Amino acid sequence: MSLAALLVLADGRFPAGGHAHSGGAEAACKAGRIHDAATLAEFCRGRLHTSGLVAAGLAAAAAHGLDPAELDTAADARTPPPALRLAARRLGRQLLRAARATWPAAELDALAAAFPRGAHQPVVLGVTARAAGLGPLDAAHVAAYESVSGPATATVRLLGLDPFEASAVLAGLAPELDAVSGRAASAALLARHEGLEALPASSSPLLDIAAQAHAEWPVRLFAS
Amino acid sequence: MHLDHGDSYPHRHTHSAEPVRADGTRRALRVGLGGPVGSGKTATVAALCRALRAELSMAVVTNDIYTREDAEFLLREAVLPPERIAAVETGACPHTAIRDDISANLEAVEELEENVGPLDLILVESGGDNLTATFSRGLVDAQIFVIDVAGGDDIPRKGGPGVTTADLLIVNKTDLAPHVGSDLDRMARDAAEQRGDLPVAFQSLRGPEGVAPVADWVRARIAAWAVR
Ligand SMILES: Nc1nc2c(ncn2[C@@H]2O[C@H](COP(=O)(O)OP(=O)(O)OP(=O)(O)O)[C@@H](O)[C@H]2O)c(=O)[nH]1
Ligand SMILES: [Mg+2]
Repeated sequence: MSLAALLVLADGRFPAGGHAHSGGAEAACKAGRIHDAATLAEFCRGRLHTSGLVAAGLAAAAAHGLDPAELDTAADARTPPPALRLAARRLGRQLLRAARATWPAAELDALAAAFPRGAHQPVVLGVTARAAGLGPLDAAHVAAYESVSGPATATVRLLGLDPFEASAVLAGLAPELDAVSGRAASAALLARHEGLEALPASSSPLLDIAAQAHAEWPVRLFAS
Repeated sequence: MHLDHGDSYPHRHTHSAEPVRADGTRRALRVGLGGPVGSGKTATVAALCRALRAELSMAVVTNDIYTREDAEFLLREAVLPPERIAAVETGACPHTAIRDDISANLEAVEELEENVGPLDLILVESGGDNLTATFSRGLVDAQIFVIDVAGGDDIPRKGGPGVTTADLLIVNKTDLAPHVGSDLDRMARDAAEQRGDLPVAFQSLRGPEGVAPVADWVRARIAAWAVR
């Protein structure tokens, strides 16, 4: 694997649409659940170990070359709110556009043809990682990191939180990010032999409910 | 690089950027409208729709900062049928969505072409932003920067990428110039100095001429696009 390719893919400036999504942080800020660096850290920790872990497992499995269509169904099953399914498919399609231009590959073209309305973002992320010459653990790391970097950036914009504090929150989560990525990659390896039931399926009901409610707000800064 | 591509339209890798698609059909001309908050972007879009909708198949993408107000204004004014108006959410950063990460806007543009196409013209309105916000060439084929006389008559002199490089600069609300003490001649001189040969349109949407000169500019771009 190429460490540099991993940096390109994980860069917050990679043009795949993530900047317009808060990962639930907008709803949590409005509800007062995030109001400073400490509560941002708690929010990110919860997201990392639930939807972050799930996304990382799906991404690692896709990076192993498991069937994207089956993985997409597995992602649907692990994403109850319609608003989050929609957001995940939108982001998947946006990522696919950027990936095809960045790392042209037949597998990415096939994915685009099979999913004209977009596949779940973590699935696209895993296939993208393959095209970029990266492995399942790399894909898991990117998915896990995105699950917390999105909310951290959004909170800086929403609350005027000190950006240095937000970076410190992310750095503080690094050991857990590594652990979650490792767990996800192991589960993906297991899924190769035992089927997709082996992939993580943890969830956060509060994130799900808040995301669905957020989608109906008339005035908001972020798409999700 | 395709040999038939002039310097002003370099080959792009955004999978929808080529003027002629693989199946031989021509995609719509995409014109971006940017500029500071409240300068008259939506009003210009609405006026252009009214002026051109009888002769061109059109659609609009709005980039509201935190509401759907621009899209809703256009819907309320019924300048186009609702299926021809799409809103993109920009995560508190309007310039990011039109320049650094154009993926959501490209999705919106392509979805419009798929759903109501074929289209001749798609107008993309940016959320109100600062003087440095310009559109990526991967998103639009031409861009209009809209400022107004009430924002201060020194804006053309200050320059910045929008004022200096946009394919058309609109100085809007000229009807207000006497009331806010803006010197239109000075604005014209400063704009010419910043822009060289690039055109500038002084416009009042409240006046008899309205959007007509800008609509003519768009017609000329459409004509040039059709032979590319
Ligand atoms: N007097 C006068 N008012 C105008 C003119 N053009 C627009 N306006 C008014 O200026 C106000 C702002 O116009 P909009 O078109 O909403 O401005 P905008 O650039 O889209 O604003 P944002 O999208 O919020 O950045 C509205 O009240 C318009 O009616 C004009 O030529 N003369
Ligand atoms: Mg507007």
